[in-house]
Amino acid sequence: MLFSVLNPHRERLWHFHGGIHLPDEKALSNAGASVAAPLPTQLVVPLQQHIGAPSQACVGVGDQVKKGQVLAKPQGYVSAPVHAPSSGTVVAVEPRQVPHPSGLSAPCVVIATDGDDVWGELPAPLPDFAQQDPAELRERIRLSGIVGMGGASFPSSVKLNPGPDQPIETLIINGAECEPYITCDDLLMRERAADIVDGIRVMLHILGTQRCLVGIEDNKPEALAAMREAAQQANEQDGAAGRIKVMEIPTLYPSGGEKQLIKILTGKEVPSHGIPAQIGIVCQNVGTACAVADAVLRGRPLIERYVTVTGRGVGKPQNYRVRIGTPAADLVAASGGYTGALEKLVVGGPMMGFRIDSDAVPITKAANCLLALTPGESPDPGEPQPCIRCGRCAEVCPANLLPQQLYWHARAKDLDKVQDYNLFDCIECGCCAVVCPSHIPLVQYYRFAKTESWAREREKRAAEHARERHAAKEARLERLEREKKAKMRKKKEAVAPKGGKDDDKQAAIKAARERAAAKKREAPEAAAQKEAPEQNAAEAGAAAGAETPKVAAPDGKPPGAQANAKTQAKAAEQQGAQGAVPKPVPDDGSRAVDEAKAAGAETLGAGPDERPGEGSDDAKQPSAASSTEQERPRASAGRG
Amino acid sequence: MQARAGFISSPHAARVNSVDWVMLQVCLALVPGTLALVWFFGWGVLINMALAVVFAVVAEALVMKVRGRPALPAIADYSAVVTALLFALTIPPTLPWWLTLLGILFAIVIVKQLYGGIGYNPFNPAMAGYVFLLISYPVATTTWLPPDVPALLAAQDLVTLSFMDSARLIFTGALPAEHTWDAVSAATPLDEMRTLLDQGMTMDEIRASSPLWGLFGGRGWEWVAFWFLLGGLYMLWRKVITWQIPVAFLAGLMLAAAVFWLLDPQSYPAPMLHLVSGAAVLGAFFIATDPVSACTTKRGQLVYGFLIGVTIYVIRTWGGYPDAVAFSVLLLNIAAPMIDHYTQPRVFGQKRSA
Repeated sequence: MLFSVLNPHRERLWHFHGGIHLPDEKALSNAGASVAAPLPTQLVVPLQQHIGAPSQACVGVGDQVKKGQVLAKPQGYVSAPVHAPSSGTVVAVEPRQVPHPSGLSAPCVVIATDGDDVWGELPAPLPDFAQQDPAELRERIRLSGIVGMGGASFPSSVKLNPGPDQPIETLIINGAECEPYITCDDLLMRERAADIVDGIRVMLHILGTQRCLVGIEDNKPEALAAMREAAQQANEQDGAAGRIKVMEIPTLYPSGGEKQLIKILTGKEVPSHGIPAQIGIVCQNVGTACAVADAVLRGRPLIERYVTVTGRGVGKPQNYRVRIGTPAADLVAASGGYTGALEKLVVGGPMMGFRIDSDAVPITKAANCLLALTPGESPDPGEPQPCIRCGRCAEVCPANLLPQQLYWHARAKDLDKVQDYNLFDCIECGCCAVVCPSHIPLVQYYRFAKTESWAREREKRAAEHARERHAAKEARLERLEREKKAKMRKKKEAVAPKGGKDDDKQAAIKAARERAAAKKREAPEAAAQKEAPEQNAAEAGAAAGAETPKVAAPDGKPPGAQANAKTQAKAAEQQGAQGAVPKPVPDDGSRAVDEAKAAGAETLGAGPDERPGEGSDDAKQPSAASSTEQERPRASAGRG
Repeated sequence: MQARAGFISSPHAARVNSVDWVMLQVCLALVPGTLALVWFFGWGVLINMALAVVFAVVAEALVMKVRGRPALPAIADYSAVVTALLFALTIPPTLPWWLTLLGILFAIVIVKQLYGGIGYNPFNPAMAGYVFLLISYPVATTTWLPPDVPALLAAQDLVTLSFMDSARLIFTGALPAEHTWDAVSAATPLDEMRTLLDQGMTMDEIRASSPLWGLFGGRGWEWVAFWFLLGGLYMLWRKVITWQIPVAFLAGLMLAAAVFWLLDPQSYPAPMLHLVSGAAVLGAFFIATDPVSACTTKRGQLVYGFLIGVTIYVIRTWGGYPDAVAFSVLLLNIAAPMIDHYTQPRVFGQKRSA
């Protein structure tokens, strides 16, 4: 506080917990200017280079394409198109190996380049973007295929549309580039600072905000100077001093993590499981800003990016301007090939990048670095030793988690406990694993636990879904039965003898009948009202005591009058319903099981009145155990 | 190209830390304090250390063999060596070799390996081994030598032991013919002080009664504490330990001491005397910081260290033993998991701690 009062012109910086200092290794690749990568003979353009729905190819084999032409169209809101990075002929649309941790193949458009590199028709440049409708600009960004270029590859247009209920105060531009080795953002900022600032201006206009903070680590003095100058000029040109501020932040991994950078620059914390827009912030990478400028001011789609090719495993590490789809092998060749001893080839940085097994994979929009590590740079950590509980992991954790406890519980596959210890707040930055004296692959344990948790969640949801469908079906059958009975009653009334001398008697009988009918009507209604929660409790109970349903199966005599009555009623309904509604047969088997469960569960509790309150709790606990049971009603419901 | 298969997940960067490095740093940090101990209390200290290390390594290897696991990695992490060194530094320099063996066997076999080996022992093995001996063989484990301070030796007709004398004493239990136990042994300052206080002497009288007392505490002892402190600072600098446990430990001890000292300076020794006496400094930097059996959350470590300090004061002042580092550490070892549970940090982006 005092600090900011005394220095009104200097923005204050905050700290996040933990972080580590690593040898930055940036000098390997940031000495020279960036080089245009040679045009490859074949470009392999993956259809999905973003988070969200895969885009749909709109070219076929044999088509001539020009540079910038759309190859695949976005499907849905969270999606992005891909464009031809050069002119040539489409020779294949097929699955190819893509840079992905799984090592799996994915659909790609393969273009045999013609060497002419001719531009196709481009949308008109919008130099007067300040007069344009933000929605229009967002659409331009979307159609230009721009995704987050810091590695997350989330469609930028979506991020730039936080909605009216989330007013944005600050745009944060991430130029921290905190991972060792990577220098592509550094070079981009040195060489295209003005374009980055133009992109920022466009985005400020789209977001309707007047404050932008650019965070750059202090190990990039040239980039800092270039960006400061460009920002200064832009602010003067716009007559808005201090609108775009370039902030020098201390070098500390992982300052470039979105949440960490926001904390450093604003002191605000993105809520756990939340997004920056919730605290009035949008964060974009410098590469994204540059791509936005290209798209809006020049009409050019995203077909090229800066890529660092580095590591002591290649002869001449440097930065390239690379067309999307260029095979990694071409870049390695341009960098003097492998030096010999290669431990692994990594896409991304040494802390969060992933290993690829083949250099045939193409460069994508999110690929910022190709890292050829020698055994000396990435030594085999050896067999993990037992955790000595030293707590170094907790000291360096930028999310302030207890990695050690997460590890114990992940190892024990205790998925509830790992979530209690906030597994999903882990950003997988790798600090804990690097400082662990026992060389435990902690991040791998967390990824495993996350995957397992997701799988369990899916199963749970499927079971929940099946349960709901089952309850709905029960309710429907009840209703049909009720309607049928009402019809029968009306018919009976219609044919009943009228008049005669026993009018009084008849009236009395009728009154009695009506009373009985009214009672009957009330009873099933009440039952129907209770049906849904009761069903949950019932099934949960059935799953908990797996033996009970067998004992209380409809044809065996269930204990308890209440259950008995209910079973009989249902048996009647079943017949009635089948008579009334045309229905495929296979339902019967599963229905018997379900009813057995329902009936069995009723015998467990004191009475239906006590259930609904307990229902949710009861249902929650054994849901995992009952998931296999739940498969059956779901399967039959699907057929029905 | 074909990279080697195997370890897949990030990070790919080199690991910056290893268990054996940590343990070696601890050994290195023990050097100044050890030298001071040898200087003041003779060769017995070194002989004990050598014996303890051999016993511990052999015991560790044998247990690993019995458990059907490779012995080399277990020995190569030097954790058994550290346990042995800490144990040897707390026992008197005259302890018979077979008691050292018993203590080490208890520490390594029962307290460490029977619980699953390194990383799994709920108690500090060195302290458990020491307490085992202290309870089973109270006389042998509390017979200390006088510090080699000429004024003190002359005043009380005491002698020091040569290397050969020490070795013979440790291996055969026999004193040199010309000496008696009264001539070679002396109570520790804490012990002496407790005895005299119990006799109703005031602190001033106690300090004036003998040349045993130096600037803050017992002569010689205060220097040992100083050099161990230096080693502790070295470990802090190398980030082998963090400040929370030692600072809270010493703060707990000195705060408790200060309260009573301010109330009655004649009946309760000054905080500085507590600090430089016994195993307080060694305990604060080298023993309570044993990661396996200590708390792991930062706030938990503060609580843990502070309570150890307070417990030491309580036992020293009102308990049955003149020093209490080992008991206090073991007591708080039991409480560590619970303290950890209630002191979890606030996770980034969350309102308060879970």
